[in-house]
This record gives sequence, C-alpha cells and structure tokens, in this order.
Amino acid sequence: MPAFNQSRQNIIRLIFGATFVIIAVRLFILQVFSDQYKLQALDNAVYRKVVYPDRGIIFDRHKKPILNNTIIFDLTVTPYEVRNVDTTFLCNLLNIDVAEFKERILTAIIKNGRYRPSVFEGLLSIDVQAKLEENIWRFPGFTLIERPIRNYLFNAGAHLLGDIGEVDTAIIRRSNNFYQMGDFVGRSGLEQYYESVLMGKRGVQNLIKDNRNRLQGSWENGKYDTVAVAGRNLYTYLDIELQQLAEKLMSNKVGSVVAIDPKTGGILSMVSGPSFDPNDLTGSTRREKYASLVLNVSGPLMNRATRGLYEPGSTFKPIGGLVALDLGVITPGYGVACSGAYYGCAKPVRCEHHNPGHAANLRLALANSCNSYFCQIYRMTVDNLQDRNVKKGYARWQDYMNAFGWGQRLGVDLPNELPGNIPDTSEYNKDYRGYWNSCTNVTLGIGQDKMQVTPLQLANAMCIIANKGFYYTPHFVEKFENETAKDTLLKKFKEKHAALTHIPDNAYEVIHAGMQDVVESGTARSAKIPGINICAKTGTSEKYTVLDGRRIKLPNNSMFVCFAPREDPKIAIAVVVENSGFGSTWAAPIASFLIEKYLTDSIRTERMKDVERISQTNLMPSYLKRKQFIADSTRAYFYFNLRKDSSYIRKYLKGYTHKEKKPVQSVSQEPVAATETRVKASRLSNTTDSSLPGARQSDNIIHIKRPTRKADSAWMNKNRQPKNQTS
Amino acid sequence: MRTNNNEISKGIDGLLLWLYILLCVIGIVSIFAATYNEGDDILDSFISIKTDYGKQTMFFLLSIFLGVIILLTDSKFFTATANLWYTAGIFLLLLVFPFHSNIKGTESIIKFGNAFQLQPIQLCIVFANLALAKYISRIETNFNKLRSQLIAAAIVVAPALLAILQKETGLALVYFSFFLVMFREGLPAIVLVVGFSFAILVVATLLVEPNILALILTGIAMLTAYFMRKQIKRRKSVLSWIIAIWAICVSIQRFAVPFIFDHVLQPYQVKRIYDTIGKDYIPKDAAALADIEKDAAQKKDAGNYNVKQSKIAIGSGGLLGKGLLKGTQTRYAFVPEQRTDFIFCTIGEGFGFAGSMFFIAIYAIFLFRIILIAERQRSTFSRCYAYGVASVLFFHIAINLCMTMGLAPVIGIPLPFVSYGGLSLVTFSAMVFILLRLDKDRQMVLR
Repeated sequence: MPAFNQSRQNIIRLIFGATFVIIAVRLFILQVFSDQYKLQALDNAVYRKVVYPDRGIIFDRHKKPILNNTIIFDLTVTPYEVRNVDTTFLCNLLNIDVAEFKERILTAIIKNGRYRPSVFEGLLSIDVQAKLEENIWRFPGFTLIERPIRNYLFNAGAHLLGDIGEVDTAIIRRSNNFYQMGDFVGRSGLEQYYESVLMGKRGVQNLIKDNRNRLQGSWENGKYDTVAVAGRNLYTYLDIELQQLAEKLMSNKVGSVVAIDPKTGGILSMVSGPSFDPNDLTGSTRREKYASLVLNVSGPLMNRATRGLYEPGSTFKPIGGLVALDLGVITPGYGVACSGAYYGCAKPVRCEHHNPGHAANLRLALANSCNSYFCQIYRMTVDNLQDRNVKKGYARWQDYMNAFGWGQRLGVDLPNELPGNIPDTSEYNKDYRGYWNSCTNVTLGIGQDKMQVTPLQLANAMCIIANKGFYYTPHFVEKFENETAKDTLLKKFKEKHAALTHIPDNAYEVIHAGMQDVVESGTARSAKIPGINICAKTGTSEKYTVLDGRRIKLPNNSMFVCFAPREDPKIAIAVVVENSGFGSTWAAPIASFLIEKYLTDSIRTERMKDVERISQTNLMPSYLKRKQFIADSTRAYFYFNLRKDSSYIRKYLKGYTHKEKKPVQSVSQEPVAATETRVKASRLSNTTDSSLPGARQSDNIIHIKRPTRKADSAWMNKNRQPKNQTS
Repeated sequence: MRTNNNEISKGIDGLLLWLYILLCVIGIVSIFAATYNEGDDILDSFISIKTDYGKQTMFFLLSIFLGVIILLTDSKFFTATANLWYTAGIFLLLLVFPFHSNIKGTESIIKFGNAFQLQPIQLCIVFANLALAKYISRIETNFNKLRSQLIAAAIVVAPALLAILQKETGLALVYFSFFLVMFREGLPAIVLVVGFSFAILVVATLLVEPNILALILTGIAMLTAYFMRKQIKRRKSVLSWIIAIWAICVSIQRFAVPFIFDHVLQPYQVKRIYDTIGKDYIPKDAAALADIEKDAAQKKDAGNYNVKQSKIAIGSGGLLGKGLLKGTQTRYAFVPEQRTDFIFCTIGEGFGFAGSMFFIAIYAIFLFRIILIAERQRSTFSRCYAYGVASVLFFHIAINLCMTMGLAPVIGIPLPFVSYGGLSLVTFSAMVFILLRLDKDRQMVLR
C-alpha cells in the first residue's frame, strides 16, 4: 500500500524546497540587495549628539572684549524619573500653578518621550537658578543643564553686534542642510556677517541609544566622532568707550551716529536710536522684550545707521561745491548775490541769510550755508556747457554721487544695508514725461528732493573729503584670530577706492577751509573745541509724515557731518537726530563730544554737564505716540475680529484706559493744527519725561487733528463688520 | 553500563541528533545575544537560572534527559499508548477553560505559581501526531475511504478548534499542517489544491477591488470554457462544473471572506493580515474600529512595529553581519519579543546573509533528513509519525521566518529549538526523540 503514494514524498519535498528558496530569496533582498535597512538601523540606534563650540569673542580696538559667552541654566525634566516631587514647592519657585506644571510635563512627554530629558523651564534667571540649585535634590527627575549664551559686556552696540537665534527652515535650506534644527546662528549684525568665523566647528559624538532612547555609551568607540573647534575671535576698530558715550548721547532720540577712521575705513562707533539693551534679548527675558521691541512703532530693532534714509540737506553742500570745482564751472572765488532766496527758477528757494556778501565766494557760502549759492552751482553743474543737455549733465552729476558712495550699497560688514537713493534720469523722465530741466530738481543742490542717504554713507563721504579723494569701504573688523589665506571676508576692506583723487588738492583745501569756518564762525560754533581744527557742516532737512490720513510737517531733522583734525583727519562723523530742529542745536554738540572724547581721550569737566543735559533730553517725536496707539488698536481689532475674542483687545491695549480712547472724538472737535509749533510745544513738555514715549505705559496720548470716521467706533459694534483698516 | 550505552546509541540516526543539538546550541547563543547585559558574569548566569539563556540551557539539559528516557523505552510503548496520550491531551485542553490565566491576550495557559506555566495546546501537538499515526496505521483503516479521511481530519481539527476557543489562533493553525501527512497517506490532492486556491482567493480579495476581481474570475471561467470546448461538447456536465466553481469562487470573494473577517477573526488579527499585504485596515464596525484604535495608541501599532523593526534588524545585518553581541537593533531591544518569536533577528543581524543561509540550511537538511527517515520505515505508524514531525516543524519554521521578514502575518508561533520557551523546547525535543526511538526499530512493523 505505501507504494501507492510513493510519488507524493517528492511533492512534499518540493513544497519544502520551494518554501526554503522563497525564504532565501527574501533574505537576499533584505540583507544584500537593499541598503535602506542599514540606514534605518543607524537611525534607530545611533544618537548624534552635537557638541557646540564656544562662539568667537569680539574685541574692540583696545583689545577689550565686548561680546563674549556666559552660561545660563535650563531646568530639564525626565518624566520617567519624576517621583515624589514636592510639586507645590517647585511651582512656587518657578511661579507657576499645578495645572501648568502638569501641562508642561505632558508637553515634555509628547515632545521627547518619557525617557529623555526635555526643557521644563528655559533660561532661568540668576536667583531662580540659585534657589533651584539648593533644592534640586527634592525634585528627582529634574536637572539643571548649562546653556551658553552671548554676553554683551558693555550693554552697548546692540545693532552692530547683532544677536543669535535658533535657525529656521529657510536658513537650513539655504545652507544646504549644514545647519540642523536647534542650532544657533547669527541673525543680525556682526554675528550674522561673520557667522562662518565666529561659529567655529561643531563636534559630533555618536552615541548608542536603546529602544527607550536612553543613551548607552559611545558607538564604535567614537570612531566617527569629531571634536568641536571653538569659534575665532574678531578684532574690531570699534572704540567701546566712544560707543558708550555716543549711545548715552543718543538716548531718547531717534536718529543715528556713525564715526569712521578715514585712514582705514574702520568704524569707531555706530549708534542707532532708539536702541535697546542687547542683554535683554539673551536670557530669560528674551521673549517678552523682543515682542515689545517688535511692536514698538519707533522701530528700535532697526539699525538706522545702515537702513535709515535721510535727505542730507545742507550736509550735501561741500560735495556739491567739490563737483562744481572739479568740472570747472566755478572757481573758488565765484560768488552769488543772495538776497534771502534763490529766484533762478519759478519757485523761489529760501535762504537763511539775506545780508549781502554772505555768499561772496565758495568759502563764505559754505560757512554761511547759502541755499541760493548751491542751487546756482548745482544748475551750473548740470547745465554744463560741455554737455548741452540737462540729461547728460545730470548723468555726469549722478556718476559723481555714485563715486562718493551714494545711491549704492557701500558694502559694510553688516547685513541688510540699504543703498539710499540718487534718482536716475529715467526716474525723472518717468515723473515728468521727459520734460524736465535743472530747475525741476534744483533742490538737489541743497540735498533735498529725492536724494536720500544713510548716515553711514554720509560719514563715508566725509572720509572721502578728509582723505582728499580716496576711501576704504567702512567696516568694523580689522582681523580675525588665526587668519589664513582662505578667509576672503576681509579682502574687500583692504582695497583702497581712489574714486575722487582726480579732483585737485586745492579744491579740497577750499572746501576744508569753508567747513572749518562753519565751526569757527558759521552755523556750528557750538561744536568748537579749542586746539582742534574741526571741519564740519550742519544740515537741516524737512520732514513730512502721513498721520490719520493727513500729511503733516514734522520738525526738521537735525544733521551734522564733520571730520577732525583738519590737518591729519583721524575721525569722520555723521550725526542725524530726527525731528529735533536745526543741525547746530543737537547734532553738532553730539559730534563735538565724540571728537573730543576720541582725540583727547576725555571730555573737559565743564562740558560734562552738557553731555548729561543732552543725554537726558527726550527728543522722541510726539507723533509716535499716536502712531503707536493706531498700531495697537488696529492689531487689537484685527485679532478680536479674527478670533472673536474680546480678550485680545485687552491684551493689545494694555496700558491704555478707556477714558483715553474717548478724546479721539472730543479732541477732534477743536481744530488743532499739527504744526511744528504744536509738536514743539509738546516736545518741551516732554523734556523731563525720561521714559520711552513709544512704550505703552505713558500717561497720555497726543491726538492730532483728524476728522472722525465711522471705523473708529465700528469695532465696538459687533453686528457690523467694517473693513479692516490699516495704519 | 557500557553495553547499555551501546544499546541506546545503536541504530540512532546520528546526523539528526547532531543537527538537533546544533540547533539547540544556536538557540541558546542567540538568546544569550539578545538578552545579555553588559557586565553580567556569563558563567555565573549560565549556572544559575536567573537569566533567560541560563533557563534555556537548563531546559535543554532537561530535554536531553527526557530524550534518554524516551530512547530507553520500548518503541511499542508509543503505539500502545498513543490514544491514551491523545485523550489526556484533550482532557488537559478542556481543563484550560476553568483554570486558564490571561497572559498576553491568550486564554490557553495554565499557571502554577509564578515559576511554571503550561500551555496544553503545545503539548497536544505530540499527542495529536501520535494519535493520527495510530489511526492511519490501524489495519482496519482504509485511508482511501472518505469516512477514514474525515475521522483523521477530526482527530487533528478537534484540538485546533479548542485552541481557537482559547484565543490561540497561531497554534491552532499548526494542526492544519497535519494535512500534509494525510496527503502523503492518500488524501486526494484536490484537498490541498482547493485549500491553496482558497488562500490565494482570500489574498486576492484583500488586494483587488471586489468588482474587478469578480470580472477577472468570470474571465478566467470563460477562458477555461473556451479551451475545454471539446470536452464540453462531449460531456455537458463539464460546463456545469466550471459554472459551479466560478459561482463558488465569486461567492467566497463576495460573501465568505468579508464574513470571516468581520465575524470570525479578531480585529487585531485582521489588522495583522492587512499589515502583511501592506494595506490599511478600516473596519466597518464602529466597535471594532475603536478597539483597533485603542490598541494602536497603546502599543504603538504593535504588529506592524514589530515587523518593521525586525526587518530593519535582519536587513542591517548585510552580507556578513555585525558579529555576535554587536547588533544594535537586538542589543538595545528595538525588536519586541526578540528572544521568543523574533529570535531570528538576532541571527540575521549578528551573522548576516551568510550566517542566515547557514542557519536555514541546517533546518532544510534537518527536514529532508526526517523525510528520508520517514520513507525508510517499514511500519506505517512510524512513517506517519515522521511525516507529522516534519510537517509541524516545517510549518513552524516557514511561518516564523516569513513573519520576521514581513512575508506572513504576525502569528505568535516559535522557531523550533531556537526560540526561548521551556515548554516548546521540551515538546519539540520529545517529538524528535520519539522519532529517533521509532527509527531505531525501523525494521519492525509496529501497529
């Protein structure tokens, strides 16, 4: 009988064999053919611990460190180990409630799992850290972890030094995945520009982790580990004492100060007002402070030295004179009979002086800042006989401006510099449909019209005049630590730009003489320092703004440019104080103090009280309060409308009381002209107020006349859905 | 003593015995690799039975001891007591219902204190094998008759049904491997073909849209009718057969499979089947959906996670492997259940493709050797028993390896001789030693 089914044993063998072949093929595919499982296994088991190097230190010109690293503590929690914690005690220490405590633990579990530490409270303040350190044994599962942060030793130079922040996805993409999530990277200022020097080299430790993400030791005995290399130090031209003085002088003012060493192009000081304390943005206060800075309409985060655009006003005049001399349209002896205005074009251009002979020659015209004179020579420059065409003449004039570094980016070692504006002929052709002449833009001759420059460009132009034609691109950094041939960042700063050396020396001498007269006997006598020959030029440019749908004239910008000493220029300065009046009142003394400080290393004691007076003067433009209110209320309305939650109104209008909102209607009844006098008056009343008016805690709001609109009260009415207004 | 020793070893199949020992040693080493912690005293751990590999060693020695006893018995003992064992096994299985304790989702385990636990369904495999061999080898049995075939099927299906009632589907499936034995003894081939076709149809149902599958089946039926048109002309009944088969296929695809999935299988089992073919399972029943979601949230999608980690472990071994104790996947416990059902990961990761092929080759030689032994028996009982051993081992090995490599759904059945587990090692050892004992008397005709 067995013989009957004998053949079936082979079928069974076949089934067995086939199955084993299938298994073998599958094994081959899994183990030999495909790579993905090896990678996944590495992914599973190897934890790449990034070891962050110390960032480089930034030094000033006297080798004083101005930005270094310090350590702050994070409180981390490993949820798995949390047992028998005195929760209420911990909550009291951290000033949170128990519900918040539970929520944070839950967030930690969701974020990193139960077995891995996650940040419970980041960036502890010193006293909380001290209290926690004493009591940490009471809280099993909680540990204090060091975290290096940047430390601004002089609380100065917020804008130029910049800050670091966590990378976002855009940065990671741009860097071709060089950066990883959680990395810190320079986000502004020198920190950003010299990121590659300052950051150093990350180290990587390959550690083995188990299925619960607990670390088990090093992988392959550290064969693939790399050592962290600390960032390289930067040595800058910055004079930190000068910087501190300049920041003190510019406190409570909107504007900017730039001081450059003309011989090297090294920036000695750069201030933008209003400023902030950079250390506020590194530690536990960062989130709160940053929000208030961003929401502040006066723009404290903006670096006005490279991004603020100003009409140069009269500070342009030395340059206008130089161009005219170089083209040969005038001689130093050329004079204009000015009787208080320039009548060469249809619309007269007013001049501050009308006594005869105040513009008898270039030197006098410069010292007295005669508008008529410079309008006249601008027209002569543009309507040059050689060109016979205003457009060609204008293009030639524009080339000069570009040679002075205006209308294009200078290439300073800060990110996001603005080029300013020297309009092209095409721009005027477009505006005037091709029909324009030297009268159309005659105020270019006195630095108005569409001309706009940054304070940095102004200071750089002073360097060119001081150097008689050449300049180095303004920059902060003199050298790095361990500089090698591969570091090309500083190459362009070593290059001498002989842009205007073709202008003869005697032309420069005339301009220098005129500028010295400005200080000796002209508009800037307040800037005079005995024993130092300062060449300077004041400037006052008109400002307008649109507020509540109405164009209003603001107080003039106070401008001042200078260099000193005349014989051997060591410092060139540009100062802009927005909306403060004449150049000689505020900007000139500020520059004068800086020159004195830099050249003599101290300020005479009798002038110290002037320093105090100026630094305590509040020149914040009063319209900012109104703008702040508009911005805040718009935001409040926007979020209220978006979320249908009235708590947003309270949140964004914190500090304003309901009573203060009412005057919007009551004030508008009486016509108040928002003229200069009105604003000036309010400014005077503000001089004692040392707090930032931009901040929302200030006592009252100045309301400038505006017709009442329905939209003002509409947001209170829930039934209506008015259009979202923007300020 | 000496003569006695000679008597034991005489006529024993040496190759099978040595392969058995080799597999057990590989098992102990693998368990050691999977569970060893840095810094343990190895020798101490082996001697004391605190660790898993120590325990496994102890069970191995116990198995050898049991094997010696089995080899010392008379071969007629097994034919004589086969039915008794089987009855005892069924009795034990019934005892499970009142005395079971719920461990890892099954209700098939009786626990004695903390140390010892018994899963009768595993033991019953040996008993069912003996009983089946006994039944087929009876002189009265004519296995060509349908009645005998049904009785033989009942012998093996009865414990399987009890196992399903105890929520132990994996081991229940093992009993169906005995159909291979019956096939060898004359069960019509059509049974296997139908069973195989049914499996293909079920998988196709899961993979293909119902309507499209119905169309495909219709197409196949029409093509068959076209090619067999001559036969159909001669005998009309052929056509009706084709139509009947077509109707059965479509109804299985349309009604039977959904019914089985919705009402017979547990939701987690359906999910595992779906995971294997790489589809998402969304139950129609809200309660089942909730059950799955709860399960998934708790166990990180257990079945799927296991297979994924196991594939990573095996795949990362590469050609030559990472070496013993060097595999990161297994050392740091990424693969759950890696000392029991997923023990193959340790071998795959540690020794790579080369090692795995060597390991599989041992199994292949082992199985083919058993078939060779089976075919050289004079008595039907021994042959049936040997085929039973081969089938059961084959089913375990094939399903377990396919499971770890993502070719089969996750069914919790161990890898013979290698997976950690005292009872399974003792059971498989007993099967092998009984086979060796029977083989010793291969010239005898046992009834």
